[in-house]
Amino acid sequence: MAATLFSKVWDLHTVRKLPTGQTQLFVGLHLVHEVTSPQAFEMLRARGWRVPFPSRTVATVDHIIPTTSLARPFADVEAEEMLTSLQQNCRDFGVPLHDLGSLEQGIVHVIGPELGLTQPGMTIACGDSHTSTHGAFGALAFGIGTSQVRDVLASQCLALDPLKVRRLDVTGALAPGVYAKDVILAIIRRLGVKGGVGYAYEYGGEAVSRMSMEERMTLCNMSVEGGARAGYVNPDATTFAYLKGRPAAPSGAAWDRAVAWWASMASDESARYDDRVTLDAGALEPHVTWGINPAQSVGVSGRVPKASDEAPEARAQVAEALDYMGFSGGEPISGTKIDVAFIGSCTNGRLSDLREASRVVKGRKVAPHVRALVVPGSNAVRAAAEKEGLDAIFRDAGFEWRGAGCSMCLAMNPDKLEGRQVCASSSNRNFKGRQGSPTGRTLLMSPAMVAAAALAGEVADVRPMLGGAR
Amino acid sequence: MTLPAICRVSGAALPLRGDDVDTDRIIPARFLVSITFEGLGEHAFEDDRKAAKAKGKAHPFDDPRFAGARILLVNRNFGCGSSREHAPQALARGGIKAVVGESFSEIFFGNAVAIGLPCVALPGEAIARLQSLVEGAPKSALALDLEARTLIADGKTLPVSIPENAREAFLSGNWDGTSMLLERFQDVEAVAARLPYVAGF
Repeated sequence: MAATLFSKVWDLHTVRKLPTGQTQLFVGLHLVHEVTSPQAFEMLRARGWRVPFPSRTVATVDHIIPTTSLARPFADVEAEEMLTSLQQNCRDFGVPLHDLGSLEQGIVHVIGPELGLTQPGMTIACGDSHTSTHGAFGALAFGIGTSQVRDVLASQCLALDPLKVRRLDVTGALAPGVYAKDVILAIIRRLGVKGGVGYAYEYGGEAVSRMSMEERMTLCNMSVEGGARAGYVNPDATTFAYLKGRPAAPSGAAWDRAVAWWASMASDESARYDDRVTLDAGALEPHVTWGINPAQSVGVSGRVPKASDEAPEARAQVAEALDYMGFSGGEPISGTKIDVAFIGSCTNGRLSDLREASRVVKGRKVAPHVRALVVPGSNAVRAAAEKEGLDAIFRDAGFEWRGAGCSMCLAMNPDKLEGRQVCASSSNRNFKGRQGSPTGRTLLMSPAMVAAAALAGEVADVRPMLGGAR
Repeated sequence: MTLPAICRVSGAALPLRGDDVDTDRIIPARFLVSITFEGLGEHAFEDDRKAAKAKGKAHPFDDPRFAGARILLVNRNFGCGSSREHAPQALARGGIKAVVGESFSEIFFGNAVAIGLPCVALPGEAIARLQSLVEGAPKSALALDLEARTLIADGKTLPVSIPENAREAFLSGNWDGTSMLLERFQDVEAVAARLPYVAGF
């Protein structure tokens, strides 16, 4: 019978139906970081449990690390304690750790794919909601909380209810200057931040088929912002080409067997979906958020909504967002003054993101009032970008070129907004206070749009600034 | 591991209005820089509380009329965003024993169950009525009965919904599920052995 990738992977990893009615699901790859794991390891210690599959478990440090200096001890005593604790836990439980200073260290959702750990047909879990990123490879990847991190550490399993599957067909081709980030912002704008609750999103269609793996990661990364706990793209030739030669990818005769198996896990042509939605990629323009959740966005040529134009039940929420953001409603989003520009995060901190932004920046200068920073998603991204000279392009323009980490996406390290600063950000969340200042404001957009805003000192359409073909 | 069963929660309620309240608002990320959950209770909604104070208003968590409330009344998609378990931990450590809302984000809901914080759902109109009731009469006592799947408020009995597995977990005291996942470990090993990427391609 025709099946979706979701049900094939789900069935293959099912251990048993639990007495509670949930499914006990085997987790093929468990990614661990310093923020959501210390309490979980402590619970294992308290009960005398071990980690039975340490080779299916990989740790790194990303959320709390400074991006200026890695000198130990960190200035933040508690951040230092978190890293020390992760190092000790990994030693005690035999979990491999890509530690500070290693070329393999970086944001957990950047290094998993980079190292070839993330592969099609897997189940993946991590104590971080953006675990949905790994779905780009045709894996089922779930963000989990600390108690579930404990479950996976101790048993390599999760107790879960199956999700419904919504197929999102993204037809047509993206215009130059329009990116995967704009596609996912448009999807969330249309379906809402809770539209995906109870669903996994399967992204397909011509525009998705044409996307690189890094673009697909951006797309899947923000599934959770639309309420979908998981999102995925069926594995194809692009997926296999990306994986070939990566450290953890199979090689030799095993490579051919792996490719055959991976391909077999893709959704069948005639698979049935619980819901289908179509979006025309060709009609999209760059998107920018104006509010306090990722569904509150508008095309760059559009205007911030007025509360009075909204349906009665939506007015209060729009009014709250306008008030927080300092918009009166009705003004064009283009021309909104910014104070900070942040390029980075698990959404858009990969090499192709930095390349696209550098094309905008090259030979130009950051507006004098703007503080602009580039935080590569991993040390490997940083090294690759430096090899291409991207760091020099950014520095010459007036950007700060930083070390790898989560940085100002959620500001658990020293990189924070101050006061009511407005930040053009390539990250994933524009929640109140998200970037470290309780009154700070975030405008989400693609890395190229962040670059354009940094130069203009205000929200600006990147398309006229992009010369030549991609 | 069997923990205390949770069958009933009763007490005063705290109305927190708004859809899509994200976990960054429930507990801002700076409070996650710690290796324990201790001390989170006092920081729940810290930035929203400060913002309200700056406008001369009292956030419901600071409003003395709701001091000591045990049941949180929320609207749609509560707890969206980050998967941080620190969010239900902050609520629970701040004295909240149950959350009643129109709907919850999936990850938040799972995290809340895992730490013994029941979340039950009611239709939007019922939530709005309860929020108004409690705003008008803050000492109104609500009684949530997981066994009967009801919430009694203002002399009326309302049916609440909660997934059966979560309800069963609270009633049995098996809301901390790791032991269950370890029960038949040979089955786990058998699944691992049949996965080509674990066993070797």
